[in-house]
Amino acid sequence: MTAVVTDSLLLARRNLAHIRQIPEKLLDVTLQPIMFVLLFAFVFGGVIGVPGGSYREYLIGGILVQTIAFGMIGPGTSLATDLTEGIVDRFRTLPMARSAFLYGHMLAEFAGMVLAITILSVCGLIVGWGIHAGVGHALAGYGLLLVFALAMVWIGLLVGVSVRSADAVMGVGFMVVFPLTFVASTFVPIAGLPAGLEQFASWNPISALAIAVRTQFGNPTAIPHDPGWALQHPVLYSVISCAAILAVAVPLTIRGYRRRTAD
Amino acid sequence: MYDSTTRSRSITIEAQNLGKRYGDDLWALRNLDLEVGAGTVLGLLGHNGAGKTTTIRLLTTLSTPSEGSASVAGHDVVTAAARVRADIGVAAQAATVDGLLTGRANLELIGRLYRLPAADARKRAGELLERFGIADAAERLVKEYSGGMRRRLDLAASLIADPSVIFLDEPTTGLDPAARRELWNIVRELVSGGTTILLTTQYLDEADTLADTIVVLDHGRAIARGTPSELKTTIGGERLEIVVEDAAQLPPAIAATRSFADGRPEPDEAGRRLIVPLRESVRLVDVVRALDAEGVEAVDVQRREATLDDVFLTLTGSRPAEEPQEEIAA
Repeated sequence: MTAVVTDSLLLARRNLAHIRQIPEKLLDVTLQPIMFVLLFAFVFGGVIGVPGGSYREYLIGGILVQTIAFGMIGPGTSLATDLTEGIVDRFRTLPMARSAFLYGHMLAEFAGMVLAITILSVCGLIVGWGIHAGVGHALAGYGLLLVFALAMVWIGLLVGVSVRSADAVMGVGFMVVFPLTFVASTFVPIAGLPAGLEQFASWNPISALAIAVRTQFGNPTAIPHDPGWALQHPVLYSVISCAAILAVAVPLTIRGYRRRTAD
Repeated sequence: MYDSTTRSRSITIEAQNLGKRYGDDLWALRNLDLEVGAGTVLGLLGHNGAGKTTTIRLLTTLSTPSEGSASVAGHDVVTAAARVRADIGVAAQAATVDGLLTGRANLELIGRLYRLPAADARKRAGELLERFGIADAAERLVKEYSGGMRRRLDLAASLIADPSVIFLDEPTTGLDPAARRELWNIVRELVSGGTTILLTTQYLDEADTLADTIVVLDHGRAIARGTPSELKTTIGGERLEIVVEDAAQLPPAIAATRSFADGRPEPDEAGRRLIVPLRESVRLVDVVRALDAEGVEAVDVQRREATLDDVFLTLTGSRPAEEPQEEIAA
C-alpha cells in the first residue's frame, strides 16, 4: 500500500515537472478561465440580467464548473501522450506498483484543477464576486468543486486511455464538453432557454453543480420558478452525478489501461 | 552444447518451449529453449522480425507467453513477474526515457521506482551520467539529446539499480563506432562483475565480440546455436564479393575463383554479384589475376568479413526475406 502511494507521488512529480517544461499545458486551467471571466463579465455581462443579484456574482460559480469540466482535456492529453510513447514499457519493467502510473497522472492533474479553482476565485474577487455565506457553506462549496474536479480528471483519463492519439482528446473534449457546459445554467439563467433546451439544462449535472456552488457561496442562483427535482436538490444531485461518473469512469479506465498494455 | 562446467553453474535465464502467438496463427516466436549461465552473455542474432524483441519482451514480463515457460533470476516470468522486475534492467530498442525531463531527473526517477533511497538514486545517477559521457548534458531536457545520447541514457537507466540480469535490445543500433566500442567495454565490465546479459544484435561481429553463446533466430525460430567459434566454423570467416559487368560472366567467375573457395559459391544474377566463402591466406591480387585470365570483367572485387546475410545464406541456403516492418511486438 505504501508502495503505491510512494510510486504515485513520484510519478505525479514527473507530470508536474513536465508543466515546468511546457507551461502552455497549464493554459486551459489558468489563462483560459481568466479570459472567460473577463469576456463574460465585461462583454456579455451588460446584456445578461440575473434576477436577485449582479451578473458577476452569478457568473463565477458557472465559470468554476465550466473550467473544471474542460479540465478533462489535461489528463486526457497527458495520458494519451504517454501511452503512445516507449516510456510506458520502461515503467512496466520496473518493480513499481502498476496502478501508480494512473494514480500519478490523477494526482498531478488534480493539482492542476486546484490551481485553476484558486486562480478563478482570486480573479472573481477582483471583478466583484464574493462569498456571502458562512465558513461551513464556503467549504462545502469548494468541497463540491473538488469532488467534481476528481470526477472530471477520471473522465479525462478514460478518454486518454481510449483514444489513439493525444490530438483526439481535444476534439472529444470540445464535442462533448462544450455543448454540455453551455446548455446549462453556467452563463445564463436557464429560464430564458427554449422549452426543449430548458428541460435538458435542468437535468444537466453542470447546471446542478453551478447552482449548488452558488447556493453554498450565497450567490444569486436564478433557479426557474418550476425547477425539476434535480435543481430542487442541486447539492444532492451534484453529489450523485459525480459519484456515478466515478463509479463508471474509474473501472473503465483501469480496464482500458490493462488492455492497452496487454501483450 | 553446454558442457558440464556450464551446467554446474547456476542458470540465470531459462526458457522452455517459449512461444508467442499474435492473432490466430501468427507466431512471432516458437519453440525457444534457452539456458543462460550466471555471469555470461547470450547473444540473440537475427534480422528484424526474427523474434529477438519478442524474446526480450517475454523475458522482461512486458509480454505473456502463448506457450512454454521462462524464468529469470529464479523467478517465473508469469507467476512471479514482480520479482523478476526487481532483478532486471532493460534497455529496449525504442528509447524509453522521458523527453520532458532532464537526463538526471530521468535517472533519479527510475532509480526511485527501483526503490532506491533518494540519496542513493541521486549518487548513482551522477556516477552513470559521468560513465556514459553525458554528465555535461545532465541538466538538459532529453528531447534535446541526440539519438546516441538518448540511447546511452537509456542504458544508464537500465543499470541504475545494479540489476543482476540485464536485457539489451540492439544496444548499439544507431551508435557511432566510438560509442559502440565504449558500450562493448561496459558490457565486458558488467560481465566481469558477475552480471548476466542477454543482448540482441543484427551485427555478427558484435555477437562474436561479446557473446559467450549465440542463438541465431530466423522467422521466430532458433536455427543455430553455439559459441562464436563453433558458429564460425560452420559459417566461415571471410567472403570474397565480386561484381561483374554482365550476369553471363558469373559462371566464368565461379570457375576462376574455385581454387580460392572454401564452400559453395553464391551467385546473385539480379545483382550481377558472386559471393564466395574464402579460404585462409588468399591474396586479393591472385584473385584479380585469375579473374582476368578467365576473361571476367569485374567491376568490383573485395574481400570482407562474413555478414549476418552470409550466415543466413549458409544456414538456410537463402537470404532472409525482407521484413519491411519492425518486429510485430515493437
